Amino acid sequence: MLTKFLSGDQPRSRALTAILLMILICLAGAPLLFDGVRPLDTAARICIFIVLVASYDLLLGYAGIVSFAHTMFFGLGAYGVALASTYMGRGFDALIVGSVAGALAAVVLALMIGLFSLRVRAIFFAMITLAVASAVAVLVSQFSGLTGGEDGLTYKIPRVLTSANRMGEFLGTRISGKILNYYLIFFASLALFLLLLRIVNSPFGRVLQAIRENDFRAEAIGYRVVWYRTAATCLSAATAALAGSLFAIWLRYVGPDTTLSFEIMLDILLMVVIGGMGTMYGAVIGATLFIMAQTYLQNLMGVASEATHNLPLLPHLLEPDRWLMWLGILFILSVYFFPTGIVGRLRERGKA
Amino acid sequence: MDLRRANLRAAGHISGTRYVPFERQHPKRRIAESRTMTQTLLQTDGLTVRFGGHVAVDAVSCSFHAGELTAIVGPNGAGKTTYFNLISGQIPASAGRVTLMGEDISRLGVADRCRRGLGRAFQLTNLFPSLSVLENIRLVIQSRQHKGFGLFSMADSHTELTVAAMAILERVRLDNQKDLLVSELSHGDQRKLEVALMIGLDPMVYMFDEPTAGMSVDEAPVILDLIAEIKADRERTVLLVEHKMDVIRTLADRIIVLHNGALAADGDPETVMASDVVQEAYMGKELDHV
Ligand SMILES: Nc1ncnc2c1ncn2[C@@H]1O[C@H](COP(=O)(O)OP(=O)(O)OP(=O)(O)O)[C@@H](O)[C@H]1O
Ligand SMILES: [Mg+2]
Repeated sequence: MLTKFLSGDQPRSRALTAILLMILICLAGAPLLFDGVRPLDTAARICIFIVLVASYDLLLGYAGIVSFAHTMFFGLGAYGVALASTYMGRGFDALIVGSVAGALAAVVLALMIGLFSLRVRAIFFAMITLAVASAVAVLVSQFSGLTGGEDGLTYKIPRVLTSANRMGEFLGTRISGKILNYYLIFFASLALFLLLLRIVNSPFGRVLQAIRENDFRAEAIGYRVVWYRTAATCLSAATAALAGSLFAIWLRYVGPDTTLSFEIMLDILLMVVIGGMGTMYGAVIGATLFIMAQTYLQNLMGVASEATHNLPLLPHLLEPDRWLMWLGILFILSVYFFPTGIVGRLRERGKA
Repeated sequence: MDLRRANLRAAGHISGTRYVPFERQHPKRRIAESRTMTQTLLQTDGLTVRFGGHVAVDAVSCSFHAGELTAIVGPNGAGKTTYFNLISGQIPASAGRVTLMGEDISRLGVADRCRRGLGRAFQLTNLFPSLSVLENIRLVIQSRQHKGFGLFSMADSHTELTVAAMAILERVRLDNQKDLLVSELSHGDQRKLEVALMIGLDPMVYMFDEPTAGMSVDEAPVILDLIAEIKADRERTVLLVEHKMDVIRTLADRIIVLHNGALAADGDPETVMASDVVQEAYMGKELDHV
């Protein structure tokens, strides 16, 4: 049963299983376990980024394709929901139409990029994705009449999903529509993650791994490599778009900075590498660690800086404004000590 | 069908040395199987490729027939591997045509040629190094059964693939190493796996490019026995690039000689080896490893 859910791809390490379970429990119980708006917001972001990073892992870790357009697909999904909610008015129909349209647009664009450039060298694909992603970002800010430009779009989602919807108390926690919204995000993310896990462990997933290993030979044993790579790109794009839709439902705001920026692309890359490429579970750990760090590192450093205020130099280094530097150092250390990512490292240790 | 029977069937034991292809229903194969022994499976017409000014394969016209093992010989750089590359599609031809079972496949890509029944093994070992031995074979069988686009089933739940793969691994005596990564195998075992992949593909045309190169004396016979078994299947044809004379003597029904990319001789082994062109040009040095 569990094997089926995980598609036969167990964590294969006791420590990893424990960490994953802990993350799952924290995310599943976030509204009850933690107080306040910020933890819930962090938990929702983690859910969404797990899907986003896992869909990128399908591409990079399993198919061996480097793409810089992943935030673009994420943005397409987010803008789909935003535009539908803006122009159709609030409602579940707008959410569904927006999500489906965003995912479809992502697939069409991925198909075009894929068929156009995956025949040629891998580096060419990477460059095309970079060009298309930049072009889309420019278009979004240019067509400000439609997209709100740099300011983005703020819109309304169904009232049931907002904090205006009060539904009484449960175990001392006030249950509001916000919590309902969170569970929508949580279960949708869980389902998408399990779906991705199934895909990478399917016959198709095996072909992707073969192509990553030796595309020349994969072709010679009868796999049309271009089609497989294109299909992987489309699947990954569609999932990223759905993650974007969830993000839009959660935030009730969509702007270029939160969905399309190149910074997010870098974040995704970091999360995949820190967690461990080609493992899927790496996405869970990478996204959780990264977003926790992004959210709480500054606070932590503030505390640390206070605590060390009478020591030389240290308080300066621990200045909250320097959190990005520390994140960079953490990244370098993690790549240095865990070249196969945290998941790879845990599995190796399990074997030894 | 119980697993044991599937096992035997995949291994080719049920019908003696001839093994039953999975795609019995494949129309092209059915046609092929209903034809007689001397049927032409593969044909090249004026096949040519130029690299800059250098003509690596020069208007080679040749047919290969069912039930026949053709040895392709020639000195280093004669164009043997390049001829193979043109047939299996890795390199586009500058001129000429390749016909497989009556169909012009000159414009098809590598994968499509393979799917139509062209199985190509490589001179330099060319496998999936960080996948397991079993997974390498499973991938080949999965390709032959056109299951690569199965998105939502678990790969490991396809026991029919595993059973068929294990049968082949037993045949090449790699079943004990099935869970090793290919990169952990010895060179000789990697060469065996290379042949195993061909058997898994079960093509109409087998192309081997120096299959025993770099293997120890006691390992090579396993490979040669396998090739002999394939040859015994009267419906397939085997192309074998080989330098070792003893191998050619025992296996070849026919020899063709490539020299500077051109077809220099073609005929049964005794005639070709006795011919002046071979005696003068090659026997002196290239083929004299006996
Ligand atoms: N892609 C290529 N570009 C340029 N020249 C090539 C290319 N492939 C092969 N050649 C040249 O074509 C000629 C034939 O090479 P090929 O590898 O087919 O020889 P071969 O008969 O297989 O030799 P060997 O017995 O050493 O394997 C050589 O001169 C080689 O340098
Ligand atoms: Mg060669």
